[in-house]
Amino acid sequence: MSHHLVLRVIAKMLIPPILLFALYVQFHGDFGPGGGFQAGVIFAAGFILYGLVFGLEKLKQVMPPIVVEILVAAGVLLYAAVGVAGMLLGGTFLDYGVLAHDPVHGQHLGILLIEFGVGTTVAAVMITIFYNYAGRGRLEDGEG
Amino acid sequence: MAVAITIVRLHNLFAVVMLSGIYSLLSAGIFVELDAVDVAFTEASVGAGITTILMLGTLALTTDTERPAARPHWAALLVVVATGALLIYGSLDLPLLGDPNAPANLHVAPRYIQDSGREIGVPNIVTSVLASYRGYDTLGEVTVIFTAGIGVMALLGRSRRRKRKEDES
Repeated sequence: MSHHLVLRVIAKMLIPPILLFALYVQFHGDFGPGGGFQAGVIFAAGFILYGLVFGLEKLKQVMPPIVVEILVAAGVLLYAAVGVAGMLLGGTFLDYGVLAHDPVHGQHLGILLIEFGVGTTVAAVMITIFYNYAGRGRLEDGEG
Repeated sequence: MAVAITIVRLHNLFAVVMLSGIYSLLSAGIFVELDAVDVAFTEASVGAGITTILMLGTLALTTDTERPAARPHWAALLVVVATGALLIYGSLDLPLLGDPNAPANLHVAPRYIQDSGREIGVPNIVTSVLASYRGYDTLGEVTVIFTAGIGVMALLGRSRRRKRKEDES
């Protein structure tokens, strides 16, 4: 699809707003609709659009599969780590109230962190699925 | 409804994928109408967005026309109709939408609505319920997605690597 000039230009114009909107949804989830799940999906959609228009190889240069695979696990680990941190600080598992001096601040911090973990895992899993689907049937010489 | 019937009748899978996306978008509209903006957001981004892309990716790998069935499956139709009738019968006992005396609105919802502003301090109650009160559930959901990703890697990723190894030998 890389020879379509209009597609390339429009995709280039669209991808930054998509990624920015994903970050907005991610960190504005406390105040408006949205959160980690939606943000992760939108973020992944930006990368998948790039991969569709400019080709899988270009996308793999931007986002190496090994990095994505690490991010898949990192999101879940961040989520669980926040829970364990609450335990270590004297609360129960996933009790964010003890993360800061003020329980409400602790809740804010905890929600922000776990939503970030959710978003990371969702985005990474979506990109991974895209890699595995799109990369199947043709042999790449890149690192796996 | 019309979209769903068209999906069943069509044999061109490309059109089916597109119509599924439209169906998701329409459901998202219904959720907005029901004031469930978070759910609508998820449906629009996941159902209409990513799922359509992944289905198109699958079509690119396989074929985009359905093999026509040799004969109609009457048993399958019977099961579907029976299940649907059972579900409709069950929904007769459900409380009306927005009924303040419904069990779902009496159990923990009042506490969430009254206290979450003080306890969590987050204006979006959906976020505070999902991330804090039900944090353990959400951890489970993330783990499900994680497992799905691992599963795709194990099923599709490994066969690709094996093929590469065969080429080398």
